[in-house]
Amino acid sequence: MEKSYLNMDLLRFTTAGSVDDGKSTLIGRLLYDSKSIFEDQMEAIQQVSDRKGEEHVNLALLTDGLRDEREQGITIDVAYRYFATPQRKFIIADTPGHIQYTRNMVTGASTANLAIILIDARHGIVEQTKRHSFIASLLGIPHIVYCINKMDLVGYSQEVYDEVVNDLEAFSAKLETKDVRFIPISALMGDNVVHRSENMDWFEGATLMHTLETVHIASDHNHIDCRFPVQNVIRPQTTEHHDYRGYAGRIAGGVFKKGDEIMVLPSGFTSKIKSIDTFDGEIDEAFAPMSVTMTLEDDIDISRGDMIVRENNKPEVSQDIEAMICWMGDSPLKEKGKYALKHTSKDVRCMVKEIKYKVDINTLHRNEADKVIASNDIARVTLRTTSPLFIDQYSRNRNTGSLILIDEATNNTVGAGMII
Amino acid sequence: MGSYNLTHLKELESEAIFVIREVVAQFENPVLLFSGGKDSIVCYHLARKAFYPAKVPFPLMHVDTGHNFPETIQFRDKLIEETGARLIVGSVQQSIDEGKSTEEKGVNASRNKLQTVTLLDAIENNKFDCAMGGARRDEEKARAKERFFSHRDDFGQWDPKNQRPELWNTFNGKKNMGEHFRVFPISNWTEMDIWQYILAEKIDIPSIYFSHTRDCFVRDGVIMGKTDFVETKDTEEVQPMVVRFRTIGDATCTGAVASTAATLEEIIEEVASTRVTERGGRSDDKRSEAAMEDRKKEGYF
Repeated sequence: MEKSYLNMDLLRFTTAGSVDDGKSTLIGRLLYDSKSIFEDQMEAIQQVSDRKGEEHVNLALLTDGLRDEREQGITIDVAYRYFATPQRKFIIADTPGHIQYTRNMVTGASTANLAIILIDARHGIVEQTKRHSFIASLLGIPHIVYCINKMDLVGYSQEVYDEVVNDLEAFSAKLETKDVRFIPISALMGDNVVHRSENMDWFEGATLMHTLETVHIASDHNHIDCRFPVQNVIRPQTTEHHDYRGYAGRIAGGVFKKGDEIMVLPSGFTSKIKSIDTFDGEIDEAFAPMSVTMTLEDDIDISRGDMIVRENNKPEVSQDIEAMICWMGDSPLKEKGKYALKHTSKDVRCMVKEIKYKVDINTLHRNEADKVIASNDIARVTLRTTSPLFIDQYSRNRNTGSLILIDEATNNTVGAGMII
Repeated sequence: MGSYNLTHLKELESEAIFVIREVVAQFENPVLLFSGGKDSIVCYHLARKAFYPAKVPFPLMHVDTGHNFPETIQFRDKLIEETGARLIVGSVQQSIDEGKSTEEKGVNASRNKLQTVTLLDAIENNKFDCAMGGARRDEEKARAKERFFSHRDDFGQWDPKNQRPELWNTFNGKKNMGEHFRVFPISNWTEMDIWQYILAEKIDIPSIYFSHTRDCFVRDGVIMGKTDFVETKDTEEVQPMVVRFRTIGDATCTGAVASTAATLEEIIEEVASTRVTERGGRSDDKRSEAAMEDRKKEGYF
């Protein structure tokens, strides 16, 4: 085997579709046609399908991992699937279609480069299509691929496809997402999933697999605004490294180079990067999402929660945060309520100063009258934190623009925030 | 590939290092579970990278069933000595001797399940508030739903239907007294990623991962190594076979595969063309459809 894997990169995607859109079948098809399903897995689900008297091998059984899910035939929680082609490794965040929908899709979407949104060719855009699209856009997924599925059930008709695409184009113009694509497929029959369809020679675009393999993801990370949240301070305290003081973290944005002038927040002290160290030796530059350790020319007091940036390109330093919050708590979001807040490597507390409006995630309408924010609702809020955060807009940087809220009584994660 | 794009192995490495560093920042007394298998060896390698040039700031813990392949223990001790790690051994034999566990009986007896008691005891006795391990989501379907930071109640139990949402790379390790976390830095790695990484990083692994000749017998279609801990039935014929192991667990329930792959390159080629998952040789998973889920709920690793 040639060592092509040394040049592979990694694409994370999420799949969304309403209950009968064929999501499990599509995932099964991607795994099966890319030879990522093993014989013992196939044998196991075949046995279960036979025992239940099902006609086809139920590919959904591959993705339903918990006993309750199999017994009730539902998917409860986000599951992660993996496959690879010689070009790329793929991580699928497979989110359930109904229960706790928003919460799970937001979770899956938070780390995704790309969203596949499935549409039944017979029905076109439905309410859930809008909801899925809105969440993908809100969570800043850079690429959306609409798969118009079940083309076999509409006679592989170009007319039907064009009509759905026209509607989708009109609708998706309202979204933040810039890269939107459309592919006519049949997940059941395999048309345009991995192999090009012979039934739709009128379609000149790429297959889904080819799209996944070639979509440009290098610019999904912010390589402009230098942001280095300090995670740990490395002090070996050995004779060899007696005075070593390194700052460990994962680059959240921009490109840092040895010799760069930097500023440390919140202190505002400036210095130069003396070295960027890794276990494999010193490197000249580091970019998102690399984990590295930096040393500085000057001895400055820096600890976890601080951020190393460039003096001429600083994040906003603020205690007043405007954000869209996806609520996940069992009890509603409380106006004037206090929560623990995590932002990059910083832990603070916050108060919800104001709930401005609730978003109707089917129509995108703002409802300023309804401020009861229950689980799976999305709301625009103003937060006041106990100490300043170093923030960017979420649309500019998903690392420094995101935060989570934690219920201090239960320690549960109850809110996902996108900074505006 | 653009100059500001990482390879999949570098991105997985960076993610795992980030997770391990979060553990050290968020917990007071973490530990890395170390079985001597390839996944825990990779985790330890990543931990060394995370804190370089400082030493790894937590100990390793081996939950020892006493039913080991000798090569694994020799390898473990050499690695510990060479890298100056701190090793804690939790003994299943001791749990049995103290009456906390009862040995399974019969030809299929295994101490795999008994590890849970020893593991939870060791966590409590050493006051560990976080146990990191090398479990991967691609290994088993119950594990596909596991979080990076996985909360355990004060009985060490996992509640799969009530897991904390995990967004972006912001990990919530907050907990009450007596509770602990299990953290899985290599959640997103597959078996293939592990092998490619071991090759790319030139990481040493125990010799039993490579093809060798060993006395074996076949049970339920799985090749088992002949050891002192496994009773063979009269119908099971012990004979020398050319095999290697894809996973290293308790010798009583870890199957070998017939293989001539003697180098990492050959193993990668074999894994790429193989059509059976690595846990296909683990009889502990075959006990029922939800065997792993049930063990995990009780606190199994």
